[in-house]
Amino acid sequence: MRYLPLIVKNCLRNRRRSLLTIASLAISLCLLGVMMALYYALFLGAPAKSQARRLVTRHKVSIVFQMPIYYRDQIRNVKGVEEVAIWQWYGGVYKDSRDQRNFFPRIGVEADKLFKVYGEYSIPEDQKKAFIQDPASCVVGKALADRFGFKVGDKILIKGDIFPFDLDLTIRGIYTSSETSDETLWFNFKYLENALRNSSRLAAGTFTMLANDPAEVPRIAREIDALFANAPTPTHTESEYAFGVSFLSFLGNIKVILMSICGAVTFTILLISANTMAMSVRERVREVGVLKTLGFQQTTILGMILGESAVIALIGGAIGLAIAELLCGVIRQGPAIVDQTKTLTLQPPVIALLLGIAMVIGMASAVVPAWNAARTNIIDALRFTD
Amino acid sequence: MAIPITYNIRNLAVRKTTTVMTALGIALTVAVLLAAFSLVEGLKTAFEGSGHPLNVLVTRKGSDSELSSNFQRSVFNDMKFKQGIAKDSKGDPLASLEMVTVITLASEEFPEGTNVNVRGVTPTGIEIRDDSKIIEGRWFTPGRREVTVGSSVAKRYPAAHLGGKLKFGRGEWDVVGVFDTPQMARKSEILTDLNQAAGDFERTEVLSSALIRATDEVARQALVNDLSYDSKLNVQAKTEKEYYAMQTSSGDLVKYLGTFVAFIMAIGSCFAAMNTMYAAVARRSKEIGTLRILGFSRVAIMTSFLAESLMLATLGGILGIMLVLPLNGISTGIGSNVTFSEVAFQLRVSPEIMVRGLLFALFMGAFGGLLPAFSAARKQILVALRQI
Repeated sequence: MRYLPLIVKNCLRNRRRSLLTIASLAISLCLLGVMMALYYALFLGAPAKSQARRLVTRHKVSIVFQMPIYYRDQIRNVKGVEEVAIWQWYGGVYKDSRDQRNFFPRIGVEADKLFKVYGEYSIPEDQKKAFIQDPASCVVGKALADRFGFKVGDKILIKGDIFPFDLDLTIRGIYTSSETSDETLWFNFKYLENALRNSSRLAAGTFTMLANDPAEVPRIAREIDALFANAPTPTHTESEYAFGVSFLSFLGNIKVILMSICGAVTFTILLISANTMAMSVRERVREVGVLKTLGFQQTTILGMILGESAVIALIGGAIGLAIAELLCGVIRQGPAIVDQTKTLTLQPPVIALLLGIAMVIGMASAVVPAWNAARTNIIDALRFTD
Repeated sequence: MAIPITYNIRNLAVRKTTTVMTALGIALTVAVLLAAFSLVEGLKTAFEGSGHPLNVLVTRKGSDSELSSNFQRSVFNDMKFKQGIAKDSKGDPLASLEMVTVITLASEEFPEGTNVNVRGVTPTGIEIRDDSKIIEGRWFTPGRREVTVGSSVAKRYPAAHLGGKLKFGRGEWDVVGVFDTPQMARKSEILTDLNQAAGDFERTEVLSSALIRATDEVARQALVNDLSYDSKLNVQAKTEKEYYAMQTSSGDLVKYLGTFVAFIMAIGSCFAAMNTMYAAVARRSKEIGTLRILGFSRVAIMTSFLAESLMLATLGGILGIMLVLPLNGISTGIGSNVTFSEVAFQLRVSPEIMVRGLLFALFMGAFGGLLPAFSAARKQILVALRQI
């Protein structure tokens, strides 16, 4: 610690280089931070509090197949299930499907259960009542309403493609959600019941359950699947979190992509840092000679150079973290590809790991030049010209 | 007069550690960009190479994908005698009524399973896919619970190997053959008997789509218009080529992610290159002074340092391309935004994207080298000579 002022002085001797190195480290580390935050949120993190208690049941063979409506009552009887709501993916076309912006999920749901199962949704009480009462109504998320300028009372027409009829809906409410996507249009399931009366197509696409306790989720999933294991329509139940992540495989092998980006960025950081330290030590060989003449130990010199590198890396890391958190904020505001990005932030383990990486890389990159400098004998060092 | 380029080459060679490290940093940045591009390029090749130029795909009006299309058998019977449809070997219209659905199969990449297309076809459906050839086993027999899988399916999903059994609909289906076709997108499909599959899914009257072969290009366009504007049929027709081309946008997310990451990394690499070049300028202060005394102009000095930076970047670009070359030909899968199922394709590092990578590297070199080169040119002769 005694040498800290000297280390800081050394960092400042070539300000432009230190600044450039810090900037370049900060940028690389902020990228690494965002990628690791994403990876953590998608594959390692715990679901948001509201989501942790939800499960989704789908047809075992594929989500495109339907399940009978009466499954709901059987699922309801499984111990620990507080509420079950039928979901039906309607699909359909809003305005013109060629414009990707016109795409958003349109899902039929049992109106009275939506806000019980989705506890994180908030909506004015009168709008909620109107939605439950009107069989031809829907509620839309705040983000969706903003995108199209929807207001309560607006009419909206969705042309059917999977289903042989169109949806002619009135918007009865606008909900907001703090933790999950608010870009869904939920319409009253009664609409489907009325349109498909006596048709075999009146069925459930998926069931969404609310468990009484997050810890019970795996057991409930097993028990639901066991109920229908030998039925003609077997089921597959998983946490809503896992259900959401399973759609990710659709965007490509995100796991491998994120990992390789992290790898490439980490290696780049190592290169930048090593390069700087090599340059900075080479300039200073003579000075090392002087220090040695004054009686500084080899290990002290080694430690000082390593310390300098670590200080620069840590400053770069801290700035990088701050930028990364800002970028996470931007992602939080952006369209939710999966629910997880709505609450994206740098979790403590990610922060610790990032600073650790910065420090280790900083020191590792200085080891070779520092060792070489510390080892040179005094005469050679003093005679050294670059 | 310009400073000879060998001067720069020698300088880069003398400081080889620094040169290599800076170049590697640029190389990794280029590699990230090119990896994303190679994925999109592979996807594009896969989809653009799919579809027969004379084929027309018909779905229900308003349905852009076969999966969401409800296509009545009666509609098919009404349209198959339209003019301009080619004839099959028996003299019947070469028009195939098809049913498409999706099942979940586990692959090594995604053990939890991904969606795979299952397509029910009649013998005409196989005839219209005339470039699909059996490479193992045989075609399924109509009326039996048998499937024939595309070569990508057989490779990617362990359950779908020849002799295996798939479970969907009302029971098990035997995998009796594997077919191959030059059309990438079709390799990712499972083909089976239309009536058997439609019966299993209770869709005997409501199927998905029709694939028809036109006699020639003019007839194809006429057919597309004729079908789309026939209000009685209520269908929409597009060429099969268009249908596949639409799916290229499935790779957009990866493309945006890759470009975003590469762009940010590029800023970092620019700073690193700047650092290296500033160090080069500082160390060669005396040389710069000498060069100036010899009569080289400020512009020549500046050009020389900029050229050195560009050479460094080119080296990085080439290294980056070499880093992504092994990706060429690697198979992976991505979910199609149209068919809601996985399509296997191969990453492709084409000459075109290599050029883009090199240009990207040169940009980094130019941005990183500009300021240091400027500062080199601005040095006063005497001050420069006096520096140690």
